[in-house]
Amino acid sequence: MIKFFLMVNKQGQTRLSKYYEHVEINKRTLLETEVIKSCLSRSNEQCSFIEFKDFKLVYRQYAALFIVVGVNDTENEMAIYEFIHNFVEVLDEYFSRVSELDIMFNLDKVHIILDEMVLNGCIVETNRARILAPLLILDKMSES
Amino acid sequence: MPAVSKGDGMRGLAVFISDIRNCKSKEAEIKRINKELANIRSKFKGDKALDGYSKKKYVCKLLFIFLLGHDIDFGHMEAVNLLSSNRYTEKQIGYLFISVLVNSNSELIRLINNAIKNDLASRNPTFMGLALHCIANVGSREMAEAFAGEIPKVLVAGDTMDSVKQSAALCLLRLYRTSPDLVPMGDWTSRVVHLLNDQHLGVVTAATSLITTLAQKNPEEFKTSVSLAVSRLSRIVTSASTDLQDYTYYFVPAPWLSVKLLRLLQCYPPPEDPAVRGRLTECLETILNKAQEPPKSKKVQHSNAKNAVLFEAISLIIHHDSEPNLLVRACNQLGQFLQHRETNLRYLALESMCTLASSEFSHEAVKTHIETVINALKTERDVSVRQRAVDLLYAMCDRSNAQQIVAEMLSYLETADYSIREEIVLKVAILAEKYAVDYTWYVDTILNLIRIAGDYVSEEVWYRVIQIVINRDDVQGYAAKTVFEALQAPACHENLVKVGGYILGEFGNLIAGDPRSSPLIQFSLLHSKFHLCSVPTRALLLSTYIKFVNLFPEVKATIQDVLRSDSQLRNADVELQQRAVEYLRLSTVASTDILATVLEEMPPFPERESSILAKLKKKKGPSTVTGLEDSKRERGADINGGPEPTPASAASTPSPSADLLGLGAAPPAPVGPPASSGGLLVDVFSDSPSAVAPLAPGSEDNFARFVCKNNGVLFENQLLQIGLKSEFRQNLGRMFIFYGNKTSTQFLNFTPTLICSDDLQATLSLQTKPVDPTVDGGAQVRQAVNIECVSDFTEAPVLNIQFRYGGTFQNVSVKLPITLNKFFQPTEMASQDFFQRWKQLSNPQQEVQNIFKAKHPMDTEITKAKIIGFGSALLEEVDPNPANFVGAGIIHTKSTQIGCLLRLEPNLQAQMYRLTLRTSKETVSQRLCELLSDQF
Repeated sequence: MIKFFLMVNKQGQTRLSKYYEHVEINKRTLLETEVIKSCLSRSNEQCSFIEFKDFKLVYRQYAALFIVVGVNDTENEMAIYEFIHNFVEVLDEYFSRVSELDIMFNLDKVHIILDEMVLNGCIVETNRARILAPLLILDKMSES
Repeated sequence: MPAVSKGDGMRGLAVFISDIRNCKSKEAEIKRINKELANIRSKFKGDKALDGYSKKKYVCKLLFIFLLGHDIDFGHMEAVNLLSSNRYTEKQIGYLFISVLVNSNSELIRLINNAIKNDLASRNPTFMGLALHCIANVGSREMAEAFAGEIPKVLVAGDTMDSVKQSAALCLLRLYRTSPDLVPMGDWTSRVVHLLNDQHLGVVTAATSLITTLAQKNPEEFKTSVSLAVSRLSRIVTSASTDLQDYTYYFVPAPWLSVKLLRLLQCYPPPEDPAVRGRLTECLETILNKAQEPPKSKKVQHSNAKNAVLFEAISLIIHHDSEPNLLVRACNQLGQFLQHRETNLRYLALESMCTLASSEFSHEAVKTHIETVINALKTERDVSVRQRAVDLLYAMCDRSNAQQIVAEMLSYLETADYSIREEIVLKVAILAEKYAVDYTWYVDTILNLIRIAGDYVSEEVWYRVIQIVINRDDVQGYAAKTVFEALQAPACHENLVKVGGYILGEFGNLIAGDPRSSPLIQFSLLHSKFHLCSVPTRALLLSTYIKFVNLFPEVKATIQDVLRSDSQLRNADVELQQRAVEYLRLSTVASTDILATVLEEMPPFPERESSILAKLKKKKGPSTVTGLEDSKRERGADINGGPEPTPASAASTPSPSADLLGLGAAPPAPVGPPASSGGLLVDVFSDSPSAVAPLAPGSEDNFARFVCKNNGVLFENQLLQIGLKSEFRQNLGRMFIFYGNKTSTQFLNFTPTLICSDDLQATLSLQTKPVDPTVDGGAQVRQAVNIECVSDFTEAPVLNIQFRYGGTFQNVSVKLPITLNKFFQPTEMASQDFFQRWKQLSNPQQEVQNIFKAKHPMDTEITKAKIIGFGSALLEEVDPNPANFVGAGIIHTKSTQIGCLLRLEPNLQAQMYRLTLRTSKETVSQRLCELLSDQF
């Protein structure tokens, strides 16, 4: 199961956080700091999986932005690793070349995309067209 | 795709975010946020109704502020109001706010539930989707109460849209996780399983997660999912990559779904149906084949997705552990990955191979990769990969490669990351012990371990080396020589001083013949380290010195001088001072004989599970190590049968502060050097009376003899006799157990325990007091047990006795003859009454009959005595056939009284009996019949 999904930049600023298990807000900040610290301390030669407390972090870096997913041992690391990329490709398609600013300014939309892809800590949809469908309806409605 | 401008027209939001980004300090940021919060609050509180756009803007701002780590304590009500909006955009932002910010604010949940209920009933799929997402995200118990009945219906209804089904499946999973009691299995379960057949792969993806969780808890009910998952997997794996267009990711068909299906199959053993099994094997082979084919795309996404499926398939192969061919292929595949340029693959390959090593089918195949793994240990730049390599080496270790692996681990230890040193030390210590053929190698290894990583050598490790040296006399001389040499080093680790002190104190005499290690040199060497050591080590060394006084009379005067010095006799540490005082006195007043007895060589330690292994298990968590260890133990068992515990002379656990002064006359127990100040060693070495021994042979026969009598000898061996005396009245009883020590030596730590199963505890209550833990030679101790029968019972309690005799640990178990018939009260009655009652109890459940062959001569008088002894009244002249016996009585329990009638019909010619029991309770008839049948 996925425990949390984070987007954090190199300065350690959280750009998106979604928890699938309840975590107190003050503990969130602490956890996010620790998580990004352990990602930043790694080099390119190191693997993308980190044993962290009693679970694992799977992370990928896109320019200055880290996407970090906390998973327990029932998940396949490689599948999550590639799932992150799938998520980024969906963002890329919607925002046509996504940047950190897109994510900040469209937090609600990124949330909608993530909610379509992960529900209750499980991967629920991986097909790009279907992930974006509700968002497109939404956009059409706000245009009219 | 619509071009989305940065900020999407929400200027206010853009400005706010830029402001935050421009803040130079944390204080400035907080100030700006507080200003914004005040602004939004006033807008929400204001009279003017906000339009949808503004509401959305403010909620986005709040989300952003929350993300920065600031708690949001308002806006919830506004968000709830948005839920009832008919505009999708407003509803959506309301749900978003709630999913991110609300957890279990009970007051709000009720309002939210209302909105969800409306949306679920709306039959508008987008609204339903939002509502279901919200339940899946918040998922409180109140939500479960409100919707647990509804969601399964939505999930399996024929007319539900696919996307709604997807959300409903994971929503149900959430409710099942929060409140399993509220999600009862029902008709829907079989229909959920059939979602695996759904033509929409998104639905299958969601359903597989749900089914996997449900199947883990209720494997039987979801068994049919196996064949469905196999056929679905087979269709995906064998499809051309164009078939599943929508779900193909870089030419890999539905990789995430494949992974989930393979996970689901890991909830079950290999399929029993040969057709299903064959199909699954075919799938797994295809996946393995694809890994060897040239890639359909050069893109890394393609190979990543393909490998994700491959790793999961290998996990399933390992989980089934039944197809040698697949296991070996999996191993070869992982072997290729071990040299792959991608670190991720090397990491995952090492991890999978670790589990593969414990399978008997692939253990040998894994071993062929030893050189690659050792190389990984030396060259990997990532500590977590190196750690996996250590784990794998540990898992693949057996007798054939132990020396090589231990040597490599030792050399890695010199440069290893501090974070993993302790674990490596434990692993080396375990492997060295387990696979030692030659114990000199073992001693060398442990001393090396202390030399290289002394700070990481925990107490368990050096305790263990001492245990082993003491238990194996073939290595004692070598150990003494080696520690002596190691102690020559100008700076040696304190742990080495401990081991050295203990071993020389015991076996220094074995090397004293060599003038280079004469007693005086040994002593001076140890004493040169003394002042650099901590108090517990110094205490240990003092014990070594007094041992030297016994071993080497020629250094007695030197040692006495040392003990007499002010730094010892007046040491500020009370433990050291006491030892110095007592040892000095002991060395002066005791005769040579007494010294020799007191300071005798330590008796062998009883064999037990290595405390190091226990420590590693604790470190790693029980689940991760146990499986591996068990298989390791099987392989290692014959190699290392451990020393036999020899009944040594009286051994007692020395108390570190025992007053030795008054013991001049009576020889006290031997004092061993390990008595360090905190009594640490005593604790670790003392027996943990862990397992209860299996029942002693003959226990069943003895048990049967007590069914019809209350007094006698229950158990006897060369050491111990157990006698019983008991009396019963109505539902109460009292039993005296007499334990006799048949030897002339004390029993120590004598602990009898009464063991009742949970069932028995509920029906039979036993109360007793512990007995004195010491039983002198030839003495007898008595233990009283108060018994109460709460309701009828079938099992018997077990009496387990554990004690130490000499150096050995004794463990005896016998069944204690407390049986249901003990609570019999005889009832006299006339023939007429008897048969009237007999007829009343004619219900088939009330009667139990047994026809059996006589085991003893069929003597009428003995039979009568047994029936009376059994507890019922023997009714004469009741049965029309005078050869038959009839009896009657009442079983008293605390809750009820049960009337019992019995009839025994002997057939002398056939040497058979027919026994019939009629009581008002089936279980009572059954048990009494069993008990009595055994008596004839």
